[in-house]
Amino acid sequence: MEKEIVCISCPMGCRLKVSYPEDKSDLNSEDILITGNKCQRGIVYGTEEILAPKRVVTATCKILSKIQNRIPVKTDKPIEKKYIDLLLKKLYSLELNPPLYEGQKMLENFENSGVNVIITMSLEE
Amino acid sequence: MFEKKYDALIIGGGAAGLSCAYAISKNNFKIAIIEREERLGGILNQCIHNGFGLHYFKEELTGPEFASRFINLIKNKENIDVFLNTTVVNIKINGEEKILSCYSKKHGVLNLKAKAVILAMGCRERNRGNIGTPGTRPSGIFTAGLAQRLVNIDGYIPGEEVVIVGSGDIGLIMSRRLTWVGCKVKAVIEIQPYPSGLTRNIVQCLNDFNIPLYLSHVISKINGKDRINSVDVTPLENGKYLEDKSFNIKCDTLLLSVGLIPENELSRKCGVQINPDTNGPYVDAYQMTNVDGIFACGNVLHVHDLVDYVAQEGIKTGESVAEYLKGNLKDRKQFPVYASSNIRYVCPNKFDPSFDNKFYMRSMIVKNGATLEVKLNGKTIKTFKFAHVQPSEMISVNITREDILKEINDYVLEENKIEFRLE
Repeated sequence: MEKEIVCISCPMGCRLKVSYPEDKSDLNSEDILITGNKCQRGIVYGTEEILAPKRVVTATCKILSKIQNRIPVKTDKPIEKKYIDLLLKKLYSLELNPPLYEGQKMLENFENSGVNVIITMSLEE
Repeated sequence: MFEKKYDALIIGGGAAGLSCAYAISKNNFKIAIIEREERLGGILNQCIHNGFGLHYFKEELTGPEFASRFINLIKNKENIDVFLNTTVVNIKINGEEKILSCYSKKHGVLNLKAKAVILAMGCRERNRGNIGTPGTRPSGIFTAGLAQRLVNIDGYIPGEEVVIVGSGDIGLIMSRRLTWVGCKVKAVIEIQPYPSGLTRNIVQCLNDFNIPLYLSHVISKINGKDRINSVDVTPLENGKYLEDKSFNIKCDTLLLSVGLIPENELSRKCGVQINPDTNGPYVDAYQMTNVDGIFACGNVLHVHDLVDYVAQEGIKTGESVAEYLKGNLKDRKQFPVYASSNIRYVCPNKFDPSFDNKFYMRSMIVKNGATLEVKLNGKTIKTFKFAHVQPSEMISVNITREDILKEINDYVLEENKIEFRLE
């Protein structure tokens, strides 16, 4: 099968040509052929996009602060798309208290996905 | 009344103001940043998505993380004061000295004085009035950036069923953001035949959620009495409305992502000349406006697509301000710079051949395989190839001292001019 996908690893947006066997049941990365990428990240993105698409999730959580009502957070690496809804639900259910610091882990290894969620803005009070 | 004297005053504590402050402070001048909000960072604070900093820091950061990199560089420096919650209302020019009238909760009315002033106020969003959409005037119509602030900082969700006008990056980012907070984004409507945001944002913000993008379409009417309840959408063909093909989309919220305008009320009032092509000041090779000692950088000068470019421009401006304060900018020879075929504008508007200059410009055309020609007195001195150009993607090029000097030895001649052409 052939597919054209746009790489989202950087603003360049390379158009990747991805070809892989019709039967996806026991597909692995060696079976996927990618051209049109200008850097190595294109291979990684194209392969993942066929096997298990991933995205970085950014969101906000409720915070009890004098300054603002929400604190921004992000996954420390792309997380498989199938976890995203569950992750957002979890993040929206939390209520955090300052002080919070940029880079601080607030969720570790979410649902054994290997992905952590970190705070992206420091707030002292 | 609170009064204080500095070497330089920076109006605005966003990406431009912070990077500029960092560059000036390296020279040990006494400076102050005046910021209207309660924290530094400007619009970056509400841009919680990632994708910032790939050029400047070579890594992918969120808006608040990008801001904090610069905030940390200037934090606790003895020669930098920061006035938060402080609004500048007037710039008075008194010979070499500039006096900024400001007010804040802490000090009431305050006067700050300096020899150099840097305009770094950023820009504002265009709104419904700017695009002239007919219909009723119900509630539920927001600019995309306002909605972004409401959701990301204040914690309010503007509505449930949303239509977005304009496919610029802010509109696309908000499509995903609103989807992730539980809204139903029903469509993005774009007047141009091509999307104006980055392709990666089309992929990860629209395609991921099956949000339809209508190119060459306009909102031809807004309906609803107290709250918006639907919009009429009409396709365009060669600029003509195809009214019989109009359709209706039910919604309770409309977001406008229809461009930005540099915020220059303060600049105009103190005599700074504004370029009608950018809505920002004309600046010379040192980022100085026509008013001696007043500089400009970032989105107040021209709207940038990437904060990385803003930071580069802020640093360059800070370095120039330092030279100005040392008295090194007197009697420097500069050439005028012009935007020629297919270039909407070029910034800065002057060139000093004694150092390398960076120019930012915007294309007027959409083209694959474009060539940018740099002409000095009508003769091509350099060409740049681009795989793809379009109006929404800023072009940035470097012209070095050698590029000019190989052509002319006697660069004191004032008749010299540089022109940029895109084919």
